[in-house]
Amino acid sequence: MATHALAPDASAYSRGLLYEWLTTTDHKKIGIMYVINSFIFFLIGGVLALVVRTELAQPGLQFLTDERVYNEMFTMHATLMIFLFVIPMLAGLGNYAVPLMVGAPDMAFPRINALSFWMLPLAGILLVSSFFTGGAAAAGWTSYPPLSGEGPLNSPGAGQDLWIVGLILIGTSSILGAINFLVTIFKMRAPGMTLFRMPIMVWTILVTSVLVLMATPVITSALVMLFIDRNYGGTFFDPSGGGSATLYQNVFWFYSHPAVYVMILPAMGVVSEVLPVFSRKPLFGYKAFVFATAAIGALGFSVWAHHMFTTGSVFLPFFSLLTFMIAVPTGVKMFNWVFTLFRGQLTFSTPLIFAIGFLTMFLIGGINGAFSASVPVDFALHDTYWIVAHIHYVLFGGSVFGIFAGIYYWFPKMTGRMLDEGLGKIQFVLMFVGFNLTFFPMHMLGIQGMPRRIADYAANAGWNDWNRAATIGGFVIALSILPFIWNVFVSLRNGRVAGDDPWEANTLEWATTSPPPPYNFDRLPEIRSERPLFDARHGRIGH
Amino acid sequence: MTADSHALTTGEHTSVAGLAHDRRGISNPILGMLLFITSEVMFFGGLFAAYFSTRAANKPWPPAQFSEILNPFSLILVATVILIASSFTCQLAVAAIRRDDRRGFLRNMAVTFVLGVLFLVLQAYDYSLLFGEGMTIGSGPFGTTYFTLTSFHGAHVFGGVIMLGVILYRGMSGQFSARHHDAVEAASLYWHFVDVVWILLFTILYFL
Ligand code: HEM
Ligand SMILES: [Cu+2]
Repeated sequence: MATHALAPDASAYSRGLLYEWLTTTDHKKIGIMYVINSFIFFLIGGVLALVVRTELAQPGLQFLTDERVYNEMFTMHATLMIFLFVIPMLAGLGNYAVPLMVGAPDMAFPRINALSFWMLPLAGILLVSSFFTGGAAAAGWTSYPPLSGEGPLNSPGAGQDLWIVGLILIGTSSILGAINFLVTIFKMRAPGMTLFRMPIMVWTILVTSVLVLMATPVITSALVMLFIDRNYGGTFFDPSGGGSATLYQNVFWFYSHPAVYVMILPAMGVVSEVLPVFSRKPLFGYKAFVFATAAIGALGFSVWAHHMFTTGSVFLPFFSLLTFMIAVPTGVKMFNWVFTLFRGQLTFSTPLIFAIGFLTMFLIGGINGAFSASVPVDFALHDTYWIVAHIHYVLFGGSVFGIFAGIYYWFPKMTGRMLDEGLGKIQFVLMFVGFNLTFFPMHMLGIQGMPRRIADYAANAGWNDWNRAATIGGFVIALSILPFIWNVFVSLRNGRVAGDDPWEANTLEWATTSPPPPYNFDRLPEIRSERPLFDARHGRIGH
Repeated sequence: MTADSHALTTGEHTSVAGLAHDRRGISNPILGMLLFITSEVMFFGGLFAAYFSTRAANKPWPPAQFSEILNPFSLILVATVILIASSFTCQLAVAAIRRDDRRGFLRNMAVTFVLGVLFLVLQAYDYSLLFGEGMTIGSGPFGTTYFTLTSFHGAHVFGGVIMLGVILYRGMSGQFSARHHDAVEAASLYWHFVDVVWILLFTILYFL
């Protein structure tokens, strides 16, 4: 059904498609550009991961003979995946969905929104260009000094400086984005859309934005100080000059622990939209979920030092206890999700399958995180492959599966076409198998003591088989991306036409056309619960 | 609303939401500015944390060679008074535009702008004096923290001066009135924030 744009007739000023996208301030176009840009960096980061896995397939240095290059590979892999893929990808989905979901015509500050986006490709270019300016950053995504210092044996090259500048840019983009989300959510909701009628996705973006707003500036300060140490003879993090290396770690993790929630909460939001729609039930325990999200956000600021247990400079019982406490609201959410599925009328479409992938894999990631929260266990596991297993179960098993659930869910809204279910399921199976083949063995490697961030290992350490399995798994994951890309291209041309609301969903984005017109809505249904479309379909009584 | 707009599939009808912003409560630009200031507070929080942790680990503070160098009753006091005064003139400008007194607004805003520039000039001159006595960002934890904190504050003053300049320019072309001056309010909030940070910095660096 046609919906007229409320904007002045755009065709009157037609300037060509490219110009329109480059200059757009429409949150939907910006959201889609976020998604595409993030996906490109996902591919680049993925190639770097394959390089790392290829080197580790067997003991010895075969593929990368220079260990410094190996360090660059894993450093840039993690940096791109975290800062240019997961965080902006989720921000992009939020950018697309949030104004629609609250019934707003756009974000509160559309031009600042465009600015937030354009800083990302710029930062990405800075980071990637460092490969061609004498070597990329190689001190790990955490960039601890002294490794990241300017000394000849540490990180003397420009790569580390480009890394710092790139991250400050990305951080600024996130902060501006967070302000935009918060003002949009607080000020631009449609009449009737009270806070407790907002879709869960909007709630998770709200809490995420608060985290970004309060935590990201702190890492900016750490990066600024690191830059001063490296370039202007500062001594913040240089113990020999009166500074402190653990100061960096404290400031870094004060941001980076909340950042892990920045990377998971919106994915939880996606899953919490998908599960009710495909089980034809409301989310079990809406308010409990909201409070659990807020609790995770608040606790997130008080556990950072669990990354520093082994430094000997943190108060262990306090940080251990609080870290365990995070498992409580996380557990609450597990119940919300499982009981939403329970006795639901399940339709196993691709979004639901990815959401279930999220549930199972994130559960493992949460449990193995709780192991590390226990101080004695962490002393054994810290800086081993166990940690690598943990972060991938939460970040890949959690965030990435959630992201694909979201892409399959909103692709019809974004483009007007459905993605192919068959190809989607092939992608899921390959990705799920490849993922577990890659990362489950890393638990064993960690327990057996294999350190992370090494290019080579002894042939007789007993690590060969698990490593070979992990490398094979890595290539299976890479394979799983091909049906996805193929799916996007085929479906854009020939996919089934989606219509306004192909999933019979609950939230407002499905009350407008696919794709929606500029400024989103002509008319809105009445909003009397967190499922206005459900109400409209089933004619709530007392209307 | 255009007369030919169609209802959506649901057939329900309420007014098109959100197109008119929620007029109640705080306005979007002011809320946006308050949130931005929150993030700035956290940024300076990181720097202050680094300052105190560095200071706690280095005794004596200031180190012997610089024990007398930071004298609060000097040029820096003048700069401080100037910055505090500029907060007052800024508020006078806001009050003026609220009662639609555009001339009063422009006059006070211009004074604020000039005071801001003056602060920056004095700070630069003060830096040159410190450099002259051999204190730089590279001279140990004392110099590193002093120059990092003050220069980032200075950069924020610089940003604020530009903001004030834009406000002044827009004011001169008659863009503000009693009903329409959110940008003025937002810029003044930022300017007060920069002022408060300086008062904290001045107290901590020069008196504690
Ligand atoms: C039940 C929830 C969780 C608990 C109890 C937990 C606990 C921990 C602990 C104690 C560590 C430090 C281990 C060490 O370095 O020795 C850690 C590392 C890490 N966690 Fe979690 N975690 C949880 C959830 C998450 C989530 C949701 C994410 C991201 C989406 C995440 C991402 C990470 C990352 C990236 C690291 C490694 C950082 C590095 O050293 O490079 N965690 N986790
Ligand atoms: Cu953590």
